[in-house]
Amino acid sequence: MTAGRNPSADVTLLTAAAAVGSIARGELSAAELFEAYRAAAAADELNAYLWVAGDAPAGGTPADAPLAGVPLAVKDLFCTEGVPSQAGSKILEGYRPPYTASVVARLAAAGAPLLGKTNQDEFAMGSSNENSAYGPVLNPWDRTRVPGGSSGGSAAAVAAGSAPWALGTDTGGSIRQPAALCGIVGLKPTYGTVSRYGMIAFASSLDQAGPLTRDVTDAALLLKHMVGQDARDSTSIGFPGEIALPRGDSLAGIRLGVPQELSGEGDVGIDAGVLDAFNATLKLAEQLGASVHTCHLPHAPHALSAYYVLAPAEASSNLARYDGVRYGLRVENGGLHGMYTKTRTQGFGQEVKRRIMLGTYSLSSGYYDAYYGRAQRVRTKIADDFRAAFDEFDFVVTPTSPSVAFELGAKTADPLSMYLNDYCTVPMSLAGIPAISIPNGLSEGLPTGFQLAGPAFSENRVLEAAFALEQAIGFDASAGRSA
Amino acid sequence: MSTEFEPVIGLEIHVQLSTQTKMFCGCALAFGEPPNTLTCPVCLGLPGTLPRANAQAIHFGLMIGLALGSDLAPRSIFHRKNYFYPDLPKGYQISQYDEPLCRGGRLSDVRIHRVHLEEDAAKLVHAGASGRIHGSDASIVDFNRGGTPLAEIVTEPDVRSAAQAREWLTLLRTTLRRLGVSDVNMEEGSLRCDANISIRPVGATVLGTKTELKNMNSFRFLERGVNAEIARQEALLRAGGQVVQETLHFDPQTERITSLRSKEEAHDYRYFPEPDLVPVAISEEMLAAARADMPELPAAREERLQELGVSAASARQLAWRSELGDYFEAALASGDSPVGVIIQPLANWVCNELVARVGEEDPNASKVSPDALAKLVALVSEKTVTVSNAKLVLDRLVADGGDPAQIVAAEGLAAIAGGDDALDPIVEAALAANADAADKIRSGNTKAIGAIIGHVMRETKGRADGAEVTRIVRAKLGI
Repeated sequence: MTAGRNPSADVTLLTAAAAVGSIARGELSAAELFEAYRAAAAADELNAYLWVAGDAPAGGTPADAPLAGVPLAVKDLFCTEGVPSQAGSKILEGYRPPYTASVVARLAAAGAPLLGKTNQDEFAMGSSNENSAYGPVLNPWDRTRVPGGSSGGSAAAVAAGSAPWALGTDTGGSIRQPAALCGIVGLKPTYGTVSRYGMIAFASSLDQAGPLTRDVTDAALLLKHMVGQDARDSTSIGFPGEIALPRGDSLAGIRLGVPQELSGEGDVGIDAGVLDAFNATLKLAEQLGASVHTCHLPHAPHALSAYYVLAPAEASSNLARYDGVRYGLRVENGGLHGMYTKTRTQGFGQEVKRRIMLGTYSLSSGYYDAYYGRAQRVRTKIADDFRAAFDEFDFVVTPTSPSVAFELGAKTADPLSMYLNDYCTVPMSLAGIPAISIPNGLSEGLPTGFQLAGPAFSENRVLEAAFALEQAIGFDASAGRSA
Repeated sequence: MSTEFEPVIGLEIHVQLSTQTKMFCGCALAFGEPPNTLTCPVCLGLPGTLPRANAQAIHFGLMIGLALGSDLAPRSIFHRKNYFYPDLPKGYQISQYDEPLCRGGRLSDVRIHRVHLEEDAAKLVHAGASGRIHGSDASIVDFNRGGTPLAEIVTEPDVRSAAQAREWLTLLRTTLRRLGVSDVNMEEGSLRCDANISIRPVGATVLGTKTELKNMNSFRFLERGVNAEIARQEALLRAGGQVVQETLHFDPQTERITSLRSKEEAHDYRYFPEPDLVPVAISEEMLAAARADMPELPAAREERLQELGVSAASARQLAWRSELGDYFEAALASGDSPVGVIIQPLANWVCNELVARVGEEDPNASKVSPDALAKLVALVSEKTVTVSNAKLVLDRLVADGGDPAQIVAAEGLAAIAGGDDALDPIVEAALAANADAADKIRSGNTKAIGAIIGHVMRETKGRADGAEVTRIVRAKLGI
């Protein structure tokens, strides 16, 4: 019995950082916390988990581990030794890797043991989590609605309180958009700051791991132990310096740029309620001392088109290894080519096949320059647009997602309308820059997200600004937990 | 009069680099280990794994570029070459495409187009009668070889015959062996050669349609395969047909050429820049390290040997087959005789007599020590043993090793000294026994002297010096 804490209180109500503090002060045991979350995850009714740990790690967490044993939910596509890692795909059903992804191992060593593997869109392709071979995840705010995707399981688990925090991956918005739709915080770091080794690849030049958390402080704390160069990922560059925990409450002198191209004017189709929340947050920012002005990202309207050439191109190659020869699903069909065809026909879902076809086409001889080559040039232009914007502004801000969580099945028949979910998040992915989504209000009773992006390696400034806004917004996430 | 045709040949050579580890992972490289023991998640292409480029392979690639006089790219990039096959665990091969490590260059009379780095595929073994994947009962994969670093060397179409292809490949192998970057063993597959072959009427400047001939896994098969393909194309054109662009397979057992795939069936490899690897940037330090590791190359050795007094033909043979050159230089260093006296005879004995006996094998691995050969050549120069008996001594050395002087003594092969004492009565007897020949010689038919010499050689078991016997015969017959 320790002083200062009611033993009957629900320990899962603590933020991860608060739980770390409680354990450090001896008010809470890591084993007790793990068991509370394990039970919550096992009882999950949202289909957020594909696997839940049976036990806390043998031997417990070292007393000096900075994350103190606060457990971590991990998106299915991170390889975890001996634990199913299926990337939400039937083609990897039951696949248990012989090794653990660098970032998961790094976090385990820092004291964040594996709680469970979370559901996701197959191979991270999707914006609603309806593309999972293991069924859709339900939004904890409204179970008739999607949680967003592709890191939908991670977002729903954190929002519902069955995980203190979670790992996701973001290729074109797959952390930020589900964070927005579930009323939590999601951060996509600068490309290269977090090792990709052990992340089952979707689009290698865009994929980046990041935190999904209840607040900005937790995002900073988790990210602090994720970043770092990894010899096993030659594209990893680490982070210059350390990620600091944010504490400021002012935006004095901060210049916010609102890109005309991504804030509702034109054909983006951002919902009125989302825009209202966005504008209210801009007002708050001004009250905190920020200046708000319109800025321009002239090539941003082409970002989605470029993304849907580049990402599928890389995916068509990344997914070639699922051929039934060595692991995962294998469907015999008389001979080599028959086996290939039947395995991939049965193993991949509709959206994955669509993107493999798109990517194969755009890389084909005679089409490469018109599609892949051109899309790469657009990508360069978009990065240039951001560089120019950051000459004048500290951050670029947009609504994270054009709408709040939509109903299950609402967009499955229309891939293009589904792709438009990423309209505001894809440009930052193409530019490789950090961007955070924080909950900034409700529309139709559902959370909206506010996106704040900075130059490469500006994570500490992004977190500081997001923290100041978070304090001012005072978002009440409890409705999500009541699920 | 029928048209004369000229072959135009370009070669593509794959060289397995003898680095410590594989091209994109930390697995050791070894030949002949139990299957699938030298593997890891990366070279098995498991989900989530990433490649990282082997610095030693890049170092070796730069050394090859320096040896071939290529332009070394300050920045080169890896591409993915996409195709499905069970020996390719990722569904793509990491290779280089339009920005290779080295461009241009020349080795002897053949220009180099480019040199690039890539990874080898795994090894497939097909069970069942066909020996190929189609129609086999099952195929098994050994991933030990998968991911082995390869340098691909592509020549310009400067080769004009199968013999030249073979000779040039020998020089390339020697160059690579001198560099120490590969085992360059064709039978084990660490040196593999494909040939792009076309023919055209002599004097024509336009190239004919080419075919690509694969699977020539020895120097002999390379020569035979290229000749067979040239003959096939010639016959086709003479019969009024046309060569079709296709990839061909040479079967060394039957020497038959079969089609693997036509141009229409060619893969679309969908090359694109490998996003998992950063570009290869060559620093001054890397260049300096590559230059520091450069050994004497065959061209320089050829020149140096000529300056020593070795004939042009011998110098080329010794330099282009570096094991012969090494053997020769070891023998030269061991010999007691003045270099000037025995240098060309020694070169002849290495290049002709020794090679005739050991063939393609490395003479350094034979029972004949360089020291023994040097002594034998010295014995011949001193006329202690005749040339013909020295060849018998060499046979014994090849079979059993040993010391040539002892073999000469034990076998009684020492030359009979010239002059009247020993040879005179034997020559007398030979003239008496071959009176017809003696008459012919007297009447001016000097060729008949062969019969007399042959008689003397039989009587002396080859210990007589032919020139001395001739002198005595001439003296006795007064011619």
